[in-house]
Amino acid sequence: MNGEELTEQETALYDRQIRVWGADAQRRLSKSHILVYGMKGTVAEFCKNIVLAGVGSVTLVDDRAVNEEALSTNFLVLPDENLYHGKTLAEVCCDSLKEFNPMVHVSVEKGDISTFGVEFFEKFDAVVISCCSLAKKKLINQKCRKLPKHIAYYTVDCRGSCGEIFVDLKNYKYSKKKLEETIECQLEYPSFEDAIAAPWKALPKRVSKLYFAMRVIEQFEDIEGRNAGQTSIADLPGVLKLRKELCETNSVNESQIPDALLERLLTGTSEFPPVCAIIGGILGQEVIKAISGKGDPLKNFFFFDAMDGKGLIEDISKP
Amino acid sequence: MVSEQLLSAIEGAKVLMVGAGGIGCELLKTLALSGFQDIHIIDIDTIEISNLNRQFLFRQSHVGQSKAKASTFTCIFLVARDAVLRFRPNISITPYHANIKESRFNVDFFKEFDVVLNGLDNLDARRHVNRLCLAAHVPLVESGTTGFLGQVTVHLKGETECYECHPKPAPKTYPVCTITSTPSKFVHCIVWAKELLFEKLFGNKNQENDLNVSSSDASNSSEHSEDVFECRIDEEIEQYGRRIYDHVFGLNIEVALSNKETWKNRNKPRPIYSKDVLSEKLTKQNGNTEKVSATDDVSAMSSLALKNPQVVWSLAENSRVFLESLRLFFLKRGKEIGNLTFDKDDQLAVEFVTAAANIRASSFGIPLHSLFEAKGIAGNIVHAVASTNAIIAGLIVIEAIKVLKRDNNNYRMTYCLEHPSRKLLLMPVEPYEPNQSCYVCSETSLSLEVNTHRSKLRDVVEKIVNARLGMNFPLLMLGATILYEVGEDLEEDMVAVYAANLEKALSELPSPVISGTVLTVEDLQQELKCCINIKHREEFDEKEHDGMLLSRWVEPPADKDGNKPIGNGESPSSVLPTEEILEGEKDVEIQETSEPTEMLQGRKENRPMFRKESVPIMLKKKGRSETDDVDLSDCTLMALTMSWQISAKVGVNCDIFLVGTVLSVFQSFGHNFGYGC
Repeated sequence: MNGEELTEQETALYDRQIRVWGADAQRRLSKSHILVYGMKGTVAEFCKNIVLAGVGSVTLVDDRAVNEEALSTNFLVLPDENLYHGKTLAEVCCDSLKEFNPMVHVSVEKGDISTFGVEFFEKFDAVVISCCSLAKKKLINQKCRKLPKHIAYYTVDCRGSCGEIFVDLKNYKYSKKKLEETIECQLEYPSFEDAIAAPWKALPKRVSKLYFAMRVIEQFEDIEGRNAGQTSIADLPGVLKLRKELCETNSVNESQIPDALLERLLTGTSEFPPVCAIIGGILGQEVIKAISGKGDPLKNFFFFDAMDGKGLIEDISKP
Repeated sequence: MVSEQLLSAIEGAKVLMVGAGGIGCELLKTLALSGFQDIHIIDIDTIEISNLNRQFLFRQSHVGQSKAKASTFTCIFLVARDAVLRFRPNISITPYHANIKESRFNVDFFKEFDVVLNGLDNLDARRHVNRLCLAAHVPLVESGTTGFLGQVTVHLKGETECYECHPKPAPKTYPVCTITSTPSKFVHCIVWAKELLFEKLFGNKNQENDLNVSSSDASNSSEHSEDVFECRIDEEIEQYGRRIYDHVFGLNIEVALSNKETWKNRNKPRPIYSKDVLSEKLTKQNGNTEKVSATDDVSAMSSLALKNPQVVWSLAENSRVFLESLRLFFLKRGKEIGNLTFDKDDQLAVEFVTAAANIRASSFGIPLHSLFEAKGIAGNIVHAVASTNAIIAGLIVIEAIKVLKRDNNNYRMTYCLEHPSRKLLLMPVEPYEPNQSCYVCSETSLSLEVNTHRSKLRDVVEKIVNARLGMNFPLLMLGATILYEVGEDLEEDMVAVYAANLEKALSELPSPVISGTVLTVEDLQQELKCCINIKHREEFDEKEHDGMLLSRWVEPPADKDGNKPIGNGESPSSVLPTEEILEGEKDVEIQETSEPTEMLQGRKENRPMFRKESVPIMLKKKGRSETDDVDLSDCTLMALTMSWQISAKVGVNCDIFLVGTVLSVFQSFGHNFGYGC
C-alpha cells in the first residue's frame, strides 16, 4: 500500500468501478498517460471510456479538419460550426472530452506522428493507433518497442460493420488470484510486423476470415499508396487480384477470404455507430486491464462482425 | 453499410427506451448516431455522483441534492436528452419522468412503438415491461450488465421466449432467526443492522421483528424493549448511545446464550460491553471536541478523523463510529428520526450500519469489513463500468435494427463475457422458442399449496400475486365472484368488502377458497391472466417461510377411458426450477444482471441449475426438433470457470454472486453447435 491514496472525490466518483477492479487499480489508472492517434468514431468511443475510467492523461493526435464523416459518426464533434471552425479534429474532440471528467488531463499534440522521435513515446503507458497506413503502424510499433519502458500498443480499425483490434504488450507480466492463491503470469506478444508476417498456412484452420480480409485490404492500400480507409467498390477487381496472389503465395484456398466479405470492407469505409460502441468498449477494457495490471489481456487480435454477431479473439504469431 | 431502405426504416421508427441510467446513456447516444429520430424515454431517477463514472452525458453540476432534501434535482433523461441533442439537434427525444408502472403506460401506449429497449436495473419493472410488450405484440430488447459481464436478449411474442419464460430468482431473503439470533455471515449482520437496529432507532419504531427474539418470555421482552430503545428524559445522548450499545451487543447476547439448545452445535457469540472496548475518557473527549461542521455533510468518520473507507476498522473504532453516528443523528438530524429509511447514499446511515454490523460480527466471530465493502452489501450496489455499457448499447442497437428489418432468422441473444469461451468474448446465440410452461406467455396454470385455514387472503395477494407473479393491479376471482381487486374507480362498499376479505382466512371468505378451488388472477394493465389451483396443506417446514408453495400445475393423468381419476385430490405437480432457488438457503445463487439483490450468497457446490428432465421443455431451440439432448457437462464447466473468475476479480472478502448471464449461457452451451468460422 503506497501513500498516495485516492481522494475523497475520486472514491465517490469511481465507486462503482472500484468495486470492479479495486482501489489499487484505480490509483494506477489515475497515473497513466495514453496517446491516441486518429480521431474516428470508434476512437472517440474509446476515449470516452478511458476518460470516464479516470486515467491520468489523454493526448490526442489528428490534424485533419472536421469533415462530414466526423459529423456523422463522432459524437465528440458537435455540429456547431462556431465550435469547430478553424480547429482540428483533435482539438474539437479534446474540448468535448474534457467535460466528461475534469480530473483527466486531455491535450492535443500536433504534427506528423511518423516524425515523432522515440523520446516522445516514452511519455506514455499506452498508445492507440487508428486510421493509419501499414507503414505507420509498423513504425510506431517499433518505436514503442525500442524503449525499455513497457508501453502497451494497440491498433484499431472499423470498416462498416466489422472491427479489428490488435494488441502488443511486449513481455507482459501480471498476477491474478485463482481461488485463494496468487498466480504470476507472463505473456509474450509479437510485434505487429511479426504477427502479420505469420504464414497463413501455419495458422489454425478456423481462424477468422476477417483477419485475412483485413490483411488483403491493408496490403492493397499500401501498394496503391492510399490513405487508410480510402477505398471503394471500384477497387474490388484489384483487391480480388491481390487476394489471388496472396493466397497463392501462402498456399491457402481463396475461399478463405470470401468475395462478399471483401466487398463489405471496401464499401463500408465509414463506421457503423453500434460497432464503434462495441469496439471502443472492448478496446477501453483492454487498455484499462493493461494499465491496472488486472485481468487477462487479450492476445493478440480481436474481431467483430455485426453480421454474425461474434466477437472473437485470435492468437496470431510466427511459429 | 446501411441500405437506403433500411435507413428510412430506422429514421421512421418510433423507439421506446425504458431506463436512462448506465446502459441508457450509451444507448441514447448510439441510437442517435445510428439514425434514429423518434426516441421516447421513461425514467424515474435522479442523478448521483456515483453515476458519473459511466453515464457520460452527465456532469458534476448535474448531481442532484440528496434524496432526503430533494429540493432541486435533475432528471437523468433530461440531461441525457440535452446532451444528445447537441450532436443531433434535429431528432425528437420525448422524456417521461415517471415510473413505468403508471397506468398511462398501458398496452395502447406500448402499441405505438416499433420496438422497446430496456435499460432497467430491477426485476420488477422488467417483468412488467415484458408483459406489456407481449400484450401489445411489440418486440422487446432486454439487456443488463454487471462489471465486465453483460447480455442482450430479444423477445418477440410467439416467436421467442419471453423475458419470463425462465423464472428469474427473486431477491434472496434469509430466515428471521438467522438474522436475529444465529448469524454466520457478514451479510446477516448487515441485514440485522439495517433492517432491525437502524429501523428501530431511526425509522418506524413499531416494527414487527423484536430485537429480543431469542428470549423465551415474549411478552416480557417486548415490554422491556419498548423502554430500552426510547431515549429517556434527561438522558444525555452519549449515555443513551452507550445504553443502546450495551443492550444490543451485551445484554441481548447474554440472553441469547441462556438458550443452550441454540448453541449446542454452533459457536457461541460473546457479549460486548462498551466499557470493555472504550474507555470512559475517550468518549467524553469525543463529546467535548465536537466539530461544528459548516457543511451539511454530517459524518462520524470526519468527526473521528477516519479518512479511508477501504480500511477495516478495529472493534474499538467501529464502536466509536457506532456511538458517534448515533450521537450525530440525534444532534444534527433529530427531525428525521422516526421517518428514516436506510439509503446507501446517506453517509451517516452507512457509517452507522457498518459499525453496528461489524460489532455484531465481532461478537459472532465473523470477519469484519470496511465501510466500502459494507456499503456495497447494504446498498446492493452493482459494480459497473462505462465500457461494458457501451458494448451492450451497441449490441442492443444492432438487434433493434434487425427487428425493424423483420430479420427473423438473425435475431440473437448476445453474451458479453469477461473471459473468452472458445475464443469468443461476444457470444451470439439463437433465441429459443417460447417455453410452453410459461405462465406469462403461454397459458399455463399454477398450483398453490397453502394452509387455507391459517393463511389469509392478504398473504396470497402480497406474497404470491404481487411478489411472485409480479402483478401490480390484480383482480382475484373465484368463479364469478371477485374476491379482491385494485382500481381507481371502485365503489366504496366494494372497497370495504375487499379490505375485509384481505383479513380473512382463505377458507372463511364469502366464497370459500379450499382445496380444489381454482382462483383466477388477472392484471388488467399487463393483460395477464392466470389460473391458480388451490391445494390445502397443513404444515410447512422452516424453509418455506411464506407458508405457501407455488408451482406449475400439471393435470392429473387421465385413465384409459379418458376419465380423470377421482382420488384424494392429490395432484402431481412438478416444481418449477424457481422452487429450488427460492426456498431456504441455496448453494448457488443466480442473480439478474444489474439487479440489486437483497443478499449475496457464497458458492458451496457447483452443479447444473436445471434438472435433466426439465431441460427438453425449456431448451427448445427455434426451428429445431422436439427434444435435443442437452449435455450439461459443458454448462457445469462454464459455471465453475465463471464463478472462480468472478470471485477472483472481485477480490473482496465477502460473498460473491453469479450473474444471470451464466444461467443463460448454460442454455446456450447445451446447444453449442460448433461456433467455428
